[in-house]
Amino acid sequence: MLLRTAWRRAAAALPAAQGPRPEAPTRGLRLRVVDRAPQSAVPSDTATAAEAETVLRPLYMDVQATTPLDPRVLDAMLPYLINYYGNPHSRTHAYGWESEAAMERARQQVASLIGADPREIIFTSGATESNNIAIKGVARFYRSRKKHLVTTQTEHKCVLDSCRSLESEGFQVTYLPVKKSGIIDLKELEAAIQPDTSLVSVMAVNNEIGVKQPIAEIGRICSSRKVYFHTDAAQAVGKIPLDVDDMKIDLMSISGHKIYGPKGVGAIYVRRRPRVRVEALQSGGGQERGMRSGTVPTPLVVGLGAACEVAQQEMEYDHKRISKLAERLTQKIMKGLPDVVMNGDPEHHYPGCINLSFAYVEGESLLMALKDVALSSGSACTSASLEPSYVLRAIGTDEDLAHSSIRFGIGRFTTEEEVDYTVEKCIHHVKRLREMSPLWEMVQDGIDLKSIKWTQH
Amino acid sequence: MAASSRAQVLDLYRAMLRESKHFSAYNYRTYAVRRIRDAFRENKNVKDPVEIQALVNKAKRDLEIIRRQVHIGQLYSTDKLIIETQEKPRT
Repeated sequence: MLLRTAWRRAAAALPAAQGPRPEAPTRGLRLRVVDRAPQSAVPSDTATAAEAETVLRPLYMDVQATTPLDPRVLDAMLPYLINYYGNPHSRTHAYGWESEAAMERARQQVASLIGADPREIIFTSGATESNNIAIKGVARFYRSRKKHLVTTQTEHKCVLDSCRSLESEGFQVTYLPVKKSGIIDLKELEAAIQPDTSLVSVMAVNNEIGVKQPIAEIGRICSSRKVYFHTDAAQAVGKIPLDVDDMKIDLMSISGHKIYGPKGVGAIYVRRRPRVRVEALQSGGGQERGMRSGTVPTPLVVGLGAACEVAQQEMEYDHKRISKLAERLTQKIMKGLPDVVMNGDPEHHYPGCINLSFAYVEGESLLMALKDVALSSGSACTSASLEPSYVLRAIGTDEDLAHSSIRFGIGRFTTEEEVDYTVEKCIHHVKRLREMSPLWEMVQDGIDLKSIKWTQH
Repeated sequence: MAASSRAQVLDLYRAMLRESKHFSAYNYRTYAVRRIRDAFRENKNVKDPVEIQALVNKAKRDLEIIRRQVHIGQLYSTDKLIIETQEKPRT
């Protein structure tokens, strides 16, 4: 007991002794920066530091970008980062054997979540690598007879980019448009499949607007036309029920850090019956059935496996809670503000990803105003450019509404208080920004903005 | 070992809640407390002693996980969230 209090005191002193906390990049993380006097020698409990030094972190509402590690996942990973550090491909000693056993256990956990056989799971560095393997690997393997691929306009950048690079290799790709709801037209898909189509790739849940594609129907169509079906399920795995046999999925990409697992790991599901052949992208010692050479990072895959197991247990509970919170957020915002549009089909929609457009308000300014909440407009990988999201363009959103979109992410750890705070701040700042907007003034006066001639010619 | 009595289950419940309140991260703390309450509530009408024992064993393992992760969280704790200063009740 005495030992524990002494340890606690020492533990509290440790961060103080190491000097000021690691400098966070000044992008709004430090909300109330007060002059940080050099830390006193007194090991004060960090939580009760002088009132003047309050630096508060924003709420995290951007779960589509990444998710925090579930404590159960970290707990599973730590032994493999501390003592069980063997290479799982070392066959000659206990360090290798225990590491391999952990890797195979993780494989079983991932497989069980999607209804697959463990031999069909290949570990990769993430969904981007899995997508590359699926698309380039399948296309290249069957290139002698099949030269065509089908995908959609709302896919993740890595899918679109892989297709683009295949086009430069001589393949043809059809990018299916989506309806206003964000869902593809199944008739168009059927029409797009040609005799020389090797692969159809459609993501299960969109990362920007949260729309759910009709995976089971697409699987049925592809299976009847003898075309391989790949789905980028990074945002869907562990959140909605997926079964590779029921949905006739041949390849699936899984991302670790979207399901409360570690970053830098993912998996690809490659069907064995009937066998899907894939040309490996990464050459080496033939690990992972030759499809992805390289030492499998045991701590990361153990984390992925644990995340999948937790997701399987918590799926129903999380889904119910997230749906309730999403309903609360959307209802409160819609009731508190006029001229708010939800992007994406309201019915075939994963509740945890809400994309709203606030008319007459610029998206970036709203994000800057909402500095206490970590949000995004569009996806993280396209946030560097000034263009509005291509996904919003694909669903036919007006240019001005596309610029005013914000994506709210609700996850396993989001609380009702966080949702209420976000709603309150959002309503407050949208109102404030609209007050300043001449466009809003014109609309209030009854002028139809579409009728205005902005230029002379 | 005798089948878990009502008292044992309640002790476990209280211990888990007590430990969970020490998570330094707001999101982990609120999740743990909420999840434990909901899980015990959901299973309160289970009658099969084998099933009860399995649930109790899982809860004991989870309690150990919570203990370790609370420790680690405190070692690496950081600033509070913006809403933590507004209301103190640790829900």
